[in-house]
Amino acid sequence: MNTIQGYRRANGQIGIRNHLLIIPTVICANQVSSRISQLVPDSVAIPHQHGCSQIGADKDRTFNVLAGTGKNPNVGAVLIISLGCEVMNPYELADAIKAAGKPVEVLDIQSCGGSIRTIQEGAEIARRLKREIDSMEKTEIPLRELTIGVKCGGSDATSGLASNPALGHAADSLIREGGSVVIGETTEIIGAEHVLASRCVTPDVSRRLYHIVNRFEREIERMGADMRGGNPSPGNIAGGLTTIEEKSLGCISKCGTAPIQGVVEYAETLPGKGLYFMDSPGNDIECVSGMAAAGVHLVCFTTGRGTPTGSAVVPVIKITANKRMYERMSDNIDVDVSGMLDGVMGLEQAGTVIWDEIREVAGGKLTKAEILGHTEFSINRIGPSL
Amino acid sequence: MAGAIQAGVDVLVMDPKDQVATAIRDLKAGQTISYSIRGQVYQLVLKEDIPFGHKVAIHDIASGEKVYKYGEVIGRTTACIPAGHHVHVQNVEGIRGRGDQARTGQNQ
Repeated sequence: MNTIQGYRRANGQIGIRNHLLIIPTVICANQVSSRISQLVPDSVAIPHQHGCSQIGADKDRTFNVLAGTGKNPNVGAVLIISLGCEVMNPYELADAIKAAGKPVEVLDIQSCGGSIRTIQEGAEIARRLKREIDSMEKTEIPLRELTIGVKCGGSDATSGLASNPALGHAADSLIREGGSVVIGETTEIIGAEHVLASRCVTPDVSRRLYHIVNRFEREIERMGADMRGGNPSPGNIAGGLTTIEEKSLGCISKCGTAPIQGVVEYAETLPGKGLYFMDSPGNDIECVSGMAAAGVHLVCFTTGRGTPTGSAVVPVIKITANKRMYERMSDNIDVDVSGMLDGVMGLEQAGTVIWDEIREVAGGKLTKAEILGHTEFSINRIGPSL
Repeated sequence: MAGAIQAGVDVLVMDPKDQVATAIRDLKAGQTISYSIRGQVYQLVLKEDIPFGHKVAIHDIASGEKVYKYGEVIGRTTACIPAGHHVHVQNVEGIRGRGDQARTGQNQ
């Protein structure tokens, strides 16, 4: 089976979900956005802490994540809720998203006349947009058009020994099919960057990879503290991971063995097919939100300690090789490859189980995070609040 | 690497260069464990409990030595670690991301 059923967007991209997304431009519009979403079932709001008192690259980063999330091909239509006086310009945001060829509407709370009027008007617009996107039909789409993110979080020793190599095997399957994969978490290749750099397609890409790791490490040095305790986290350490180097060397296998075509900025669209590295923090929500803003269709997420988080616009498939955790937290975990450590499941078999799950979820099967309503969203911040 | 795990093994050595093995079940002090490197089986008596996912020294490791897992450096010992002992934050430190130390310009 080399095709899936998905949505063909006006700009030619494919979507594997058809979300109505409600974007607050600024924290001041969070409550109104959430209320509108509550009134329109199956819509999703992305409350966040940013959108004002920001300048320069920091402001641009928030804009790019909001615009990228709206442009994500899993989103069918967008309602933007603005306060009216914030730094983030709602009309520029709407124009950026409209360029992807989808309906976008804007309301601002100051012009509407307060929360209640904006909620009422917003709910009416949201219902109309929802009816519009519900009439879109699925069509057959080649798997080579799929782009996935690979991520690990709440790692323990089982991540590096088993679930990450298994995910890497599945990532290789998608690349062989002609699809794309993005790996992030610059913090979590510290100590393993030489292994990835040796797989970059050109010396320029390799230099860029070293550059972003160096930049991140200098930021950590600026904090004047040992990164151990922050990353690896207390849970990572309890799970047997001793240093960031050990964690990193276990992390990198999740992207498989393909050559690295390029290094992109946080939330930046991939410029081509194949495997890419995204400069991002290791923080689960910020990293997955950055991948979603870059336009990935879904994220595969390995965990050993267990974590419930999902994403507002992309399905997140949870994978573990920790049997005890799987038994405790099976409502959060989609794929169990713990048989690898019991010697009853080989690497290839585990990779195939994950690859099958990717195809099913891409075709519409809900992940456990989706079923439980996990729509976490978070924007990586690089400047001070003014 | 993880593709060839045999049923019933207690620990995994990821690369022949490694001085540590990772426990894939809870192990007790006094227990004799076996591990294999390139198909050859070796035995070791544990001097300390090794919890699931944690590492045990398979050789004596001197203080200040680099520690290898996956055939790569995962840190440096801060005390000597005799074979059979638990290898973790009490006796290994990270070399990278050390904002608490002056940068030497050399990462490893």
